[in-house]
Amino acid sequence: MFDALSDILAHKYNYLGFIILMMIGLWAMLAKSNLAKKILGMAIFQSAIILFYISVSVKENATLPILEHHGHGDEHGAETAAHGVQSAAHATESTLQSTHDAAQATSHGLAESAHDAMQAANDVTHSAVNATGDALHAAAQAVGEAAAHGAHAAINAADYVNPLPHVLMLTAIVVSVATLGVALALAMKIYKEYNTLDEDVILEKIRQ
Amino acid sequence: MSSLTQQLPALVVGLPFFSAMAVTLLTWRNRDAAFPVALIGLALCAAASLALSIHIATDGPVIYRMGGWEPPMGISFYVDGLNVLVLAIISFVALVNLSGTRPAVRLEYAGKDGSFYTLYLLCVTGHLGMVITSDVFNLYVLIEIAALSGYALLGWGSSRAPLSTLNYLFIGVIGASFYLLGVGFLYIQTGSLNMLDIAGIIQILGVTPTLTAAFGLIMSGILIKMAFFPAHGWLPNAYCHAGSPAVSLIAPMTTKVMVYVMVRMMLTVFSPKLVFDRGLLPDLMVLMASAAIVICGLMALSAKNLKRMLTYVLITEVGYMVGGAWLGNRAGMTGTVLHVVNDAAMTLTMFMAVGCLSYKFGKLDYKKLQGVFPKMPFTMSAFVLGAIAMIGVPPTCGFFSKWYLILGGLEAGHIEFVVALILSSLINVVLFFKVFEIGFFEPWPEGTDSHGHPHRPAIAMREAPASMVAPLVVSALALVGLGLMNSKLVAIIENALPASLY
Repeated sequence: MFDALSDILAHKYNYLGFIILMMIGLWAMLAKSNLAKKILGMAIFQSAIILFYISVSVKENATLPILEHHGHGDEHGAETAAHGVQSAAHATESTLQSTHDAAQATSHGLAESAHDAMQAANDVTHSAVNATGDALHAAAQAVGEAAAHGAHAAINAADYVNPLPHVLMLTAIVVSVATLGVALALAMKIYKEYNTLDEDVILEKIRQ
Repeated sequence: MSSLTQQLPALVVGLPFFSAMAVTLLTWRNRDAAFPVALIGLALCAAASLALSIHIATDGPVIYRMGGWEPPMGISFYVDGLNVLVLAIISFVALVNLSGTRPAVRLEYAGKDGSFYTLYLLCVTGHLGMVITSDVFNLYVLIEIAALSGYALLGWGSSRAPLSTLNYLFIGVIGASFYLLGVGFLYIQTGSLNMLDIAGIIQILGVTPTLTAAFGLIMSGILIKMAFFPAHGWLPNAYCHAGSPAVSLIAPMTTKVMVYVMVRMMLTVFSPKLVFDRGLLPDLMVLMASAAIVICGLMALSAKNLKRMLTYVLITEVGYMVGGAWLGNRAGMTGTVLHVVNDAAMTLTMFMAVGCLSYKFGKLDYKKLQGVFPKMPFTMSAFVLGAIAMIGVPPTCGFFSKWYLILGGLEAGHIEFVVALILSSLINVVLFFKVFEIGFFEPWPEGTDSHGHPHRPAIAMREAPASMVAPLVVSALALVGLGLMNSKLVAIIENALPASLY
């Protein structure tokens, strides 16, 4: 019993917090007689659910779901093999399709044949060699690096928090703000009609 | 042409949405543009939904990929026999009701036509989206779109409307939040938000405690939103005090669409095997539905205001549909989906008739409806036709869905549900014949001409404007039409029911 409780307190306190917050909101909505307090209770109730979703996405030692570029000083430094190939392709984009073939060939791990393919590409684009030579060189370098570091530089999903609940809650926040707005507008109309926001007094006035 | 057919699911939801935008923009320049633009938008939407139902009836279900993205990642619409009829009836209900609103809107929402029609179209968009979407989170957003525009429309009535709407808003938020919480649990367990995808994952997983929690939360949220019996308290006040053009839109749509959402959750997301193997729960739900039917029928008997009486009848009908769905057999489920369609048409007829009456009389204490039949013959004929459908007399549509519900009740051995259905028909007979008796046999009271003019011979008609009565007559005749078409509708529904449901 005590173990289970301490387990919840130690590892699932975020869920506990959201349950407590949700109950506070629900209690305010049901028990308070002032309409403004009820509306605030509603806002707390909705925020609790948003916190629940955010808790779902949290992981230990995880960071924001944004990919960072960290090469060896090379601005096209690759994180993965595929990524490296892509940036290689980007570097030579201005030349010809043949470079793409080379890059694709490298993605299958055939470094040598890729080199041949790139040579062939050089031949084909002979007239543009001066202009693109540097770009191809950079591409080959990036591909080589990617092949070397690809295995341990791959994106690991466990390193990042799950972005989807955050996106969902962005929508839910918009919805709850809209609901709050409509509720406050209705409260204003009620106040104009009865000159009070106390539900008991309003019901008294209706009965008369 | 075929490319247009492929885009039909998007058009059904997109047309009312973009006409809402158009109405807002146009009414800056010209207030009179609001009504025709809304009418054209909804007419096109109704045509699209009709074309879609013909397409589904011949070619089977359709998955529409938004922007061409594949379902588990992208957002998709799913249309099959279960929802295509609901889509069609809702777009037609909105269109028929809209075509009859103009005089009442001029009277009750003077000078704010543009805002009214924008909210109207957004409300229709929300409901259509709820029916067509196959993404559980989008369903939540669309529930809120429909509800928010609904709150604005309902809060815009008599002096008591804002208070009753605020209470509706509180209950609506609790219901929708429970649903959202359930979606969270579903997402934790399956990692997906697409209905068909979740269904596939659940097939492999089997029952887990998280899924049970998700199911419980989603169901309780939906039941609160549809005003199922113990949670129905908000509905009579909210509908009673609102303006009649708004109520005759929202009353036929909201509860029915939530019943459809429940059926979709039970059949597609959680499989029938998972839903109906839950010990006492299905039996308990049928018992609650039977209690809802009887108790709300009695409440309807005690109501003095015609509108309030109809809102209690509406809650009774929710009991029919929930009970039928939880019987757990094909006949019951067919009856439920058919009743969603039929009840939308019946409720539309009844509330439009009440709208015509209240256009002429203001408050509607039905004891004061003496001699109304010869004065408003068309309105009252439509009202009688609607009442006959609600009672369940054969040529009208109400009979056929009730027939399937009773069949399902007998098959499942739930005698209490069958008894409640028959009892409710009897209560409806008593209820509506009280109105007929006062309206038909008692004489028009002397000297009640509102302008103080001397009383004229009793035969002179004082009908509501023709633009209000004509759509009412159309919807009343549609009740017979739907009844005659019942075998076709049932065929479409039965094709879509999963094979695991006997």
